[in-house]
Amino acid sequence: MMPLNELYQEIILDHYRQPRGRGELEPPKITQEGFNPSCGDEIILDLRVRDGRIEAVRFHGRGCSISQASASMLTEAVQGKTLAEAHALIQQVLGLVKGETDGDIDSLGDLAALAGVRQFPVRVKCATLAWHTLEEALKQVS
Amino acid sequence: MTTTFRIDAGEIRRQFPFFQPHPEMRSVVYLDNAATTQKPYAVIEAVSNFWAHHNANVHRGGHGAGARASEMYEAARTRVAQFLNAREPAEIVFTRGTTEAINLVASSWGEAFIRAGDEIIVTEMEHHANLLPWMRLAEKQGAQLKVWRITDDGRLNLDELDRLLTERTRLVAVSHISNVLGTVNPVGEICRRAHAAGALCLVDAAQSVAHMPVDVQAIDCDFLAFSGHKAYGPTGIGVLYARRALLEATPPYHVGGGMVQTVRWERLVWAEPPAKFEAGTPPIGEAIGLHAALDFIDSIGREAIEQYEHELTQYALSRLQEVPDLRLYGPAPDRASIFAFTLGDIHPHDIATVLDTRDVAIRSGLHCAHPLGERLGGSTARASLAIYNDAQHIDALIDALHETRRVFGKTRA
Ligand SMILES: Cc1ncc(COP(=O)(O)O)c(C=O)c1O
Repeated sequence: MMPLNELYQEIILDHYRQPRGRGELEPPKITQEGFNPSCGDEIILDLRVRDGRIEAVRFHGRGCSISQASASMLTEAVQGKTLAEAHALIQQVLGLVKGETDGDIDSLGDLAALAGVRQFPVRVKCATLAWHTLEEALKQVS
Repeated sequence: MTTTFRIDAGEIRRQFPFFQPHPEMRSVVYLDNAATTQKPYAVIEAVSNFWAHHNANVHRGGHGAGARASEMYEAARTRVAQFLNAREPAEIVFTRGTTEAINLVASSWGEAFIRAGDEIIVTEMEHHANLLPWMRLAEKQGAQLKVWRITDDGRLNLDELDRLLTERTRLVAVSHISNVLGTVNPVGEICRRAHAAGALCLVDAAQSVAHMPVDVQAIDCDFLAFSGHKAYGPTGIGVLYARRALLEATPPYHVGGGMVQTVRWERLVWAEPPAKFEAGTPPIGEAIGLHAALDFIDSIGREAIEQYEHELTQYALSRLQEVPDLRLYGPAPDRASIFAFTLGDIHPHDIATVLDTRDVAIRSGLHCAHPLGERLGGSTARASLAIYNDAQHIDALIDALHETRRVFGKTRA
């Protein structure tokens, strides 16, 4: 049997039930929509970037526990990060989720729990949706 | 369970390699038949026998093997014509699947016969395959797409159709069985009303041909499409049925080898249908596999299949009701064996994952019907049955759904 408890770790379920950073920002803000057409998951990220730092971040939308928990963790993790740090974190999380790198798991905190999706290839895109959406959002910063 | 199934699903499973023990594969309760069905030995052997011993191109003669391959390919067409009760094999065009068949009609017939201001009626429950070709055509031709809304219990109301039909309506495009709701639409009556208004009718039979008798003359449709792979046959092969006169009036789809009679610099004469619509080397082995699949279906009998799946559906409906917070979409009890549902606030993708770890294979998402998904309020989980499923499979599904509720901290009622 596949390790269900690695996928649905308590941290993941906790972020799913009590999402952090859920909501919308008042303008000025950057808004980016991310959509997964096969399962209908949708994440809308609001960012406020000032002086090269992510000053505030919120998400809303709908989706499965993994996509929503991943977005919730994202809002905690990138708050206050510089753009360069955010880019590096995106790559680190994507690598971790896809099983390409172990990265520096200890430094990732809650995010390390996302590694559980590796055993569930069909769920990888749930975990990456928020991070790809952030990647797109950051392209709007110029 | 006390039912009078005339079908022994265990015996049928023995005809499928997928259900035999395999050293590296876990056995699964396969409930994703609306996506694709498993293949019986007879189909796999027919395809591999063709590749192994009879492989040659069709209609390109010059040697005996080519003639034999052509014969086998045309025999498959004749078999499909008989299966659908078409008037003649020339009414059967082989395509890659339902999607290509409907695109063929939309591009070739649609662009020739749909004009600005004309109307096309589609239903709210259509799969994208029977929706996007019409949306694109309407946009291209300046025609109007009219949406036939469903009722809250997932049916089509015929009075609503009468309201939508006008003298500008050219086509009604409707699925025989909804791939989400399991609704069985009264396509014969829909065609009758369309014809009375001077419109044609296209039936998407992707979800019906393997599950109930389908007779194009009884339905009196103008076009009908289905896919081999949802009817125990190979992928890469599908069927477009159309009345002969329509095929003659319709310009070709792809152009190239095999679909032309005369090619001069100053003049082109297309081949007669169905060759006119089959440019290039067709999926020969796949057509032969489809022939074997239809033989498999008829070896059981479509009335028997329909009755068996109907009884299994009644059992599934009663057991699904036992699961707390389960909401089933679509009509009941008179419906096909496709069950879209949600389970409280547990996301359908999470349901599918937990079920997968219990070796129960279902699908979740929007099922390539986004407007319908919107109407239903988002994604759903979907279990869909076929002739090899039985009551134990339903029981495994129900157990796994209870397990899903436990994983997500819902107490078992
Ligand atoms: C109702 C319906 N129409 C069309 C299709 C498309 O079939 P295919 O992908 O084989 O072309 C499907 C299958 O997904 C379907 O369920």
